[in-house]
Amino acid sequence: MKPTDISDPEYFHKVVDCQYACPAHTPVPEYIRLIAEGKYTEAYMINWDSNVFPGILGRTCDRPCEPACRRGRIDEEPVAICRLKRVAADNRGDVEPLMPQGPFKPNGKKVALIGAGPASLTVARDLAPLGYEIHLFDEQFKGGGFMLSQIPAFRLPERVLDEEVNYILDLGIHTHFKHYVSSLKDVLEQDYEAVFVGTGAPRGRELKIPGREEGDANIHIGINWLGSVAFEHTSKIGKTVIVLGGGNTAMDCCRTARRLGGEDVKVIVRSPYQTMKASPWEKEDAQHEDIPIIDNHVPKSFVVENGRLKGVTFEKVEAKYDEARKRSLVPTGEPEVFYPADDVLVAIGQENAFPWIERNIGLDFDKWEMPVVDKTTFQSTHPKVFFGGDAAFGPENVITAVAHGHQAAVSIDLLCHKKNLLTERLHPMVNLVSQKMGIHEWAYDSEIDEYDRLVVPQAPKTKTLVNRKQEVELGFDPLAGYEEAKRCLNCDVQTVFNAPKCIECDACVDICPTACITFTANEEEPELRQHTKVPALNLTQDLYVSETLPQTKRIMVKDEDVCLHCGLCAERCPTAAWDMQAFWYNVTKAGEVKFGPTMIGNMVQITRNGNGATP
Amino acid sequence: MTYVRSTFRHPALPKNDLGYTVDYYEGSLSTLCAGCGHDSINAAIVEACWELNIEPHKVAKLSGIGCSSKSPAYFLSNSHGFNSVHGRMPSVATGANLANRDLIYFGVSGDGDTASIGMGQFVHVVRRNLNMVYLVMNNGCYGLTKGQDSATADAGSKSKAGSVNLFEAIDLASLAIELGATFVGQSFSGDKEQLIPLLKAAMKHKGFAMLNVISPCVTFNNNPGSTKSYDYVREHVEITGTMDFAPMMKEITASYEAGSINDLTMHDGSIIRLHKLAKDWDPFDPNSAMNAIHHAKRKGEILTGLLYMDQDSIELHEMLKTNEKPLNLLSKFQLCPGSETLAKINAGLR
Repeated sequence: MKPTDISDPEYFHKVVDCQYACPAHTPVPEYIRLIAEGKYTEAYMINWDSNVFPGILGRTCDRPCEPACRRGRIDEEPVAICRLKRVAADNRGDVEPLMPQGPFKPNGKKVALIGAGPASLTVARDLAPLGYEIHLFDEQFKGGGFMLSQIPAFRLPERVLDEEVNYILDLGIHTHFKHYVSSLKDVLEQDYEAVFVGTGAPRGRELKIPGREEGDANIHIGINWLGSVAFEHTSKIGKTVIVLGGGNTAMDCCRTARRLGGEDVKVIVRSPYQTMKASPWEKEDAQHEDIPIIDNHVPKSFVVENGRLKGVTFEKVEAKYDEARKRSLVPTGEPEVFYPADDVLVAIGQENAFPWIERNIGLDFDKWEMPVVDKTTFQSTHPKVFFGGDAAFGPENVITAVAHGHQAAVSIDLLCHKKNLLTERLHPMVNLVSQKMGIHEWAYDSEIDEYDRLVVPQAPKTKTLVNRKQEVELGFDPLAGYEEAKRCLNCDVQTVFNAPKCIECDACVDICPTACITFTANEEEPELRQHTKVPALNLTQDLYVSETLPQTKRIMVKDEDVCLHCGLCAERCPTAAWDMQAFWYNVTKAGEVKFGPTMIGNMVQITRNGNGATP
Repeated sequence: MTYVRSTFRHPALPKNDLGYTVDYYEGSLSTLCAGCGHDSINAAIVEACWELNIEPHKVAKLSGIGCSSKSPAYFLSNSHGFNSVHGRMPSVATGANLANRDLIYFGVSGDGDTASIGMGQFVHVVRRNLNMVYLVMNNGCYGLTKGQDSATADAGSKSKAGSVNLFEAIDLASLAIELGATFVGQSFSGDKEQLIPLLKAAMKHKGFAMLNVISPCVTFNNNPGSTKSYDYVREHVEITGTMDFAPMMKEITASYEAGSINDLTMHDGSIIRLHKLAKDWDPFDPNSAMNAIHHAKRKGEILTGLLYMDQDSIELHEMLKTNEKPLNLLSKFQLCPGSETLAKINAGLR
């Protein structure tokens, strides 16, 4: 294998599993360390800079970081990253003075944002401090988008949502609420330099089976029903409720139904329990509220008698996989099953819909009626129109919408300064700083705490099920937050190897608790993976290969897979060929970072250049 | 501050035939200098015992005084151990061995502990062919007292402070062969591929197995001009041959290029497959082994690998015709048959 090029920022970025898995690439270990130090405000600001909605995401994020967490490969349970974010948000001090302070010097350019969800709000936050005049349009009476209408208040209190939305609106955003934009052409005819479309995937998928129309009064589309509950148009549901679907919307529907009078609420889903789209913790929370999840049942018809819905019949299936691991649901041949229901909530997916975008304005749609959008710049085929969030590539989640928003903002800023959106896009900001302070001293807490993941306390069901707005999860208190934070392995403190210094004494090989390091003859990657101390079979994790070593002409090869980042290799290295170096990776955003973390623990303030400077 | 090693291990660590992963054979966290050769030897011992499926409670670790003699704390925490007086490990080993012949006796000593203060004990334990492994972690200096030249420092070797050693080194390997050791090997801490099979063979050998392992003192004797530094040893190693050790009844799978291959059968049926590299060397002939060592030395090389082995070794218990059972398995009556028996013995001597 060729020696690993550690000057490529993506190499070490990939080692920080959580950050790499996060669509917005939030520097997770950095803020977790700040939480352990009790620096909640700083931890909040690191999050705010990266993901804009720490309090919201600390409660509702899909947390792709957690399945990726290295701790999960060593200790079964990953660090509770998401709930630690909430610890930072819950305990933060006064953060507003640390945010960009308006009024900002106008740069004379206007940008329109359609839809006031997380994607648009991110664009607004990134561009407003640069002097843009931002006009935000939404049909609802306030900002938040799907975070407002789709996420039930028992998971996300309105106060938390409003606070973080208002941080952005307070940057001097021109809001046009209760304003449905019915024509993109009209918007483009105005004097906007750019238009960003962040209108989400607003249409709930229909279930066209017999009885759908006859039973319509008691059959509701999940996302519409959730919105109607959120806006207090709906406050009741029947006693027996069936929720069709297996995603997180289905989980929100069934739990909301429990709070609106549903006593016998069931989730019935086509696929097997294990492969349901809902996050495992959301399934657990639903089951905890006495909601059974019945899997492998395909709805066949709504049963309506005398104009009133009686229930749903289902066909039982089982999942079969062909050679290409492609799944099909095959009927088992058992008789159909009937489940009674007063109301049915259909939560089987969402679709994009752009009835308000004219098809003759130079903006191309593909055969699935989705706009053609560039994956890097988020520009559509109309140079002034950008897409982000669910509107860009279909339903995802809040954190993905934020990631899109940042990149769209970069593009809009480049466009407005007549620069090339691809070639003049700046690289992410990276830094690598040694943590060595003494023979056995590091600037980070290198000791590995070995206790299990802590459980987040919940309010009792007697309270939560009677009040739709009572938050279920109570969050970690600061002490629990401290303990959970200590479980983090500091994967951003990198093991950096300097081959010319190595005397091949084997000290690192012998001390490494998890057998990551091997000195061996160089080979091609497949062979090398077999010849590491423990075969390196996790192909998603890279091998760190050194240059040829001075004495024996072998190479050092490190399997990154289960490295604890405990620093013992560097501590036992007599020549400092190994060093532990903190890696900082900050995604390119519009504007310029004025202050960033210089060293672990010294992160003070992140503000963005407020005078309209371009990247 | 890290004086703590996590107990987390690689989740895919393989298990040996006893069902243990290698960490069951580890010791406590080493307090030796970072980069010490001894740590590397300790890791090789751990690996060898794991691979040989040795039950840790069947091993007794013995040592004297010195950096080397601290080592038994850093491997096989689940084994017996006795850290004795400076240079007196052989007599403790002899006593323990005579009391219980069922254990594997693993003696760890250093160049000071063996070639200076312990020389008297060393030569006698060799000539008695006590069934044990006697491992010398040889760094050519007194590392625990700031690196003064030891009796194995080569003449002409330069110390860290710059002084040149005037005296001839004691060659422990040839001395051991001379005194009738039945298994003698030499190795280097930085070459586990050689050291691990050598350790395994030494543990399986019936009789006195001496391993002289060059183990650089990274703090006091790893300087230019030293003949026991990492780079010097690597440049001047000459190997007798490569070897592979296979426990009893297992097929040897390693394949070697054409050349002289010897299969040496140990007393328990396990096999050492030796691929001979050195010319004019016969591992079963003590004279040939001595010659090979001296020949290499004249060229300024360090001969490593298996040097000599007596396949017909008769160990101390066999010579003395002692009881086959360890003393702790004998009944009180067997151990102390009473005054009547004593009277009979006395009568027999009249």
